[in-house]
Amino acid sequence: MNWLNICALTDIPQLGARIVEGPKGDIAIFRTSSDEVFALDDRCPHKHGPLSQGIVFGKTVACPLHNWQIALDSGEAIAPDVGCAHKYPVKIEEGRVFLVLQKSTHRDTRIIASTTAA
Amino acid sequence: MKKLKLVLIGNGMAGVRTLEELFKLAPDLYDVTVFGAEPHPNYNRILLSPVLAGEQTFEEIVLNNLAWYAEHNIELHLHRKVVEIDRGNRRVIAEDGTVAEYDRLIIATGSTPFILPIPGKDLQGVIGYRDIADTQAMIDTATTHRHAVVIGGGLLGLEAANGLKLRGMDVTVVHIGDWLMERQLDKTAGKLLQTALESRGLKFLLPKQTAELLDDGNGRVRAVRFAEGDEVPADLVVMAAGIRPNYALAESAGLACNRGLTVDDTMRTSDPNIFSIGECAAHRGIAYGLVAPLFEQAKVCANHLAMQGTAEYHGSVTSTKLKVTGIDLFSAGDFMGGDGCEEITLSDPIGGIYKKLVIRDDILVGACLYGDTADGGWYFRQIRENHNVSEIRDLLMFGEHAIGDAGHQGQDKAMLMSDEMEVCGCNGVCKGTIVKAITENNLLSVDEVKKHTKAASSCGSCTGLVEQILINTVGGAADVKPKSEKPVCNCTDHTHGVVRQAIREQHLITIPQAIAALGWKTPNGCATCRPALNYYLISTWPGEAKDDPQSRFINERAHANIQKDGTYSVIPRMWGGVTNAAELRRIADVADKYNVPMVKVTGGQRIDLLGIKKQDLPGVWKDLDMPCGHAYGKSIRTVKTCVGSEFCRFGTQNSTQMGIDLEHAMFGMWSPHKVKFAVSGCPRNCAESGIKDVGIIGVDSGWELYVGGNGGIKTEAGEFFTKVKTAEEVMEYSLAFIELYRQEAFYLERTVHYMHRVGLEHIKKAVLDDEERRRALYQQLLFALSLEQDPWKERIEQTALKKEFERIPVAAL
Ligand SMILES: Cc1cc2nc3c(=O)[nH]c(=O)nc-3n(C[C@H](O)[C@H](O)[C@H](O)COP(=O)(O)OP(=O)(O)OC[C@H]3O[C@@H](n4cnc5c(N)ncnc54)[C@H](O)[C@@H]3O)c2cc1C
Ligand code: FES
Repeated sequence: MNWLNICALTDIPQLGARIVEGPKGDIAIFRTSSDEVFALDDRCPHKHGPLSQGIVFGKTVACPLHNWQIALDSGEAIAPDVGCAHKYPVKIEEGRVFLVLQKSTHRDTRIIASTTAA
Repeated sequence: MKKLKLVLIGNGMAGVRTLEELFKLAPDLYDVTVFGAEPHPNYNRILLSPVLAGEQTFEEIVLNNLAWYAEHNIELHLHRKVVEIDRGNRRVIAEDGTVAEYDRLIIATGSTPFILPIPGKDLQGVIGYRDIADTQAMIDTATTHRHAVVIGGGLLGLEAANGLKLRGMDVTVVHIGDWLMERQLDKTAGKLLQTALESRGLKFLLPKQTAELLDDGNGRVRAVRFAEGDEVPADLVVMAAGIRPNYALAESAGLACNRGLTVDDTMRTSDPNIFSIGECAAHRGIAYGLVAPLFEQAKVCANHLAMQGTAEYHGSVTSTKLKVTGIDLFSAGDFMGGDGCEEITLSDPIGGIYKKLVIRDDILVGACLYGDTADGGWYFRQIRENHNVSEIRDLLMFGEHAIGDAGHQGQDKAMLMSDEMEVCGCNGVCKGTIVKAITENNLLSVDEVKKHTKAASSCGSCTGLVEQILINTVGGAADVKPKSEKPVCNCTDHTHGVVRQAIREQHLITIPQAIAALGWKTPNGCATCRPALNYYLISTWPGEAKDDPQSRFINERAHANIQKDGTYSVIPRMWGGVTNAAELRRIADVADKYNVPMVKVTGGQRIDLLGIKKQDLPGVWKDLDMPCGHAYGKSIRTVKTCVGSEFCRFGTQNSTQMGIDLEHAMFGMWSPHKVKFAVSGCPRNCAESGIKDVGIIGVDSGWELYVGGNGGIKTEAGEFFTKVKTAEEVMEYSLAFIELYRQEAFYLERTVHYMHRVGLEHIKKAVLDDEERRRALYQQLLFALSLEQDPWKERIEQTALKKEFERIPVAAL
């Protein structure tokens, strides 16, 4: 896999997100309060709201447009809403965030390096 | 740790709801065992009537399927009636000998139909109307027999009669009272109802006393005989003459009972390990027969089972709606009136409309509506919230509509809307979708409707409509509460009031502190509570509590207004609506430079640049070189002005200068919701001061102040507050009012709603009568404002703050 060195973990605010300009559209990278990171297409499955602009809590982001709740670890909308934002593999190493650009094909390719929060 | 054992007797609506509430609070505290006398999982008993009428099926009304019980590891004993509670050994024993031990026990055995003690009551074909078995028996009988007699002209009896009629039977309702539903309706409404039901082919005998049920020779009922000796044929007799709390089991176990199993405000019986809720329980002497109170009881009971020990039940106001399709009937509270009450009635027997409102001490205490129940929900809210209605008394009868509103195509009456009409303009949800979601999923609260349909989940302006639809669909079962009684969100059981108070009293200054001190159930709240907490912290402890951008909605984080395509709109401030050539030139240049797709003049007397990319925002702000307009926030928006005495030939005061000064004074102010001011220079009121949070009108001898107006979703005229002489006084009085609002209102509560909740008197006392308090409030606001910077300027100057707007390019990687 081609891991791209994106930014420092601290470049992303806790309980916040940054936007990466992916070749096929924006990618939102989120950071939780426990310093896990997740990457999803920055398009809400509802009406394409920019998820990166939402409020992050737990492992969820609330879309800023109509408040759909999206699970960060799967990209799935939380019931009763249905839909999915594509997710990308990310990891943290030595305080840097790495991302693989191709979309992950199955659900659980998220990799967390838990000890490396800078 | 070994889990405690919890046993529930009665697998019905109240008991299972308690378990649901308990699992929310403490999912792993107990091993749960449930005994149910019926062979079914918990279902929505209320909807037996639509099932009988053929409008729904049994499958559709199940509330908790077997998978739900399995998921929560509940040991479920269906079709097993408990016959003994052995309190000495803390165990219960069922009919078939099954034994279960308990540490805590819930008795929720509901009630049983009252069967008249008359000869023939045990004949075949004589039933009550309580459960699926009864309903099935009625449906079956309708296919083989012809004559049905329903004894009792109350809610249940009429729903049974209507259902049996629709199933093809010839139905007579026998009622002992002078009119139908005398416990829910007054005489006039009862008569109107009777006429309407007669036109559908139902027959009524009243007042009439049943003496005996006659045998057909084979042990089945043949006819009903009355006290006067006359008879009507009957193959089926439904006893719907009332219900009796089912507490015999509890009584035989020695628990204190008095027309129900006696419980205290924590829902405990005389044995502290035994709780009781639902129709079997008598709280302060009242055993309720509707579901809404039971749900409130369930919350309290769960709170104590979860060992939180904070909730108390204080009784409920109930409302009733007859679930007979096509008949509109609504009653709530004390609709009979009587001593010390005044009544307002409207009666149109030809049009089939009758309304009665009962008022005591300027407070609406009861309503009884027939024919037009569109305002039922609204009246119910007034009753529950104890609003003083003296000022809207003249208009009260004409409903919410008469009090003024706008939007929804002028449509605010859910009843009058067709299924295709749109209720939620933000998410495009129409009425039919909402009704369908409510009936299919057995929804009972607006929150549930929001979750399932998205209606009312964006701007929230249609919440009232959704609430009406809910009440019209499920009647008294609707779980509608004023905001002051509702928890902030699902992360906590605390109300806004409790949270505000704790933040002040415990000197909490960060969100993690608040969440820990108040026992939030989630690690970092959610998108509903975090913005509220952030506001409460910064408004209570200015200078100490630090604003948390991640707990702000995107508009207040980006300091611009997000649009549906993800771009932003930028509105620079124009003090009092006054601009000049240089500013206009810069705006034009920015529009060219950034290819701004639309430039629009707003209703707030300033200019909006729409369609700006987020990464361009700092550049746009820099090039504009104008202050932030805060058009995106829960903050001071604009001070609208008219020209005033400087130029206008009618002007009595310099309204423009007053507006500019006020706007400067409040610059950067955060508030529970947006705040709009207006200053008019004369009573012609060109700046529309009557519909602003604070409206100021210049008169020859000074200034008049109005508060709590609102020109938005629902037009509300401001209330006259006071009259002052000088511009300095305008400043002090209006800012003191706003500071009081900032300190006391709930997050997202506009001034009008705040004013209705606390009362104008309360506000006048603080700001007008108490000079010291007014000065203090004014100073507090000035202090808080002295710490605020222009957010645009900060973001132009400080690189750290710019990160929010920078994108991470991938090409460079
Ligand atoms: C046809 C009909 C229409 C109604 N319409 C409305 C309406 O429109 N609005 C409204 O608010 N309310 C309505 N109600 C009333 C509402 O259904 C009740 O208030 C509510 O169901 C009471 O809940 P509960 O848990 O106390 O009792 P129930 O739901 O009756 O549950 C009690 C359960 O306990 C079981 N049980 C009893 N004794 C034992 C025992 N010893 N061992 C084991 N199990 C036992 C019973 O079989 C029953 O299943 C209606 C009721 C009926 C029958
Ligand atoms: S676009 Fe995300 S909720 Fe509508």
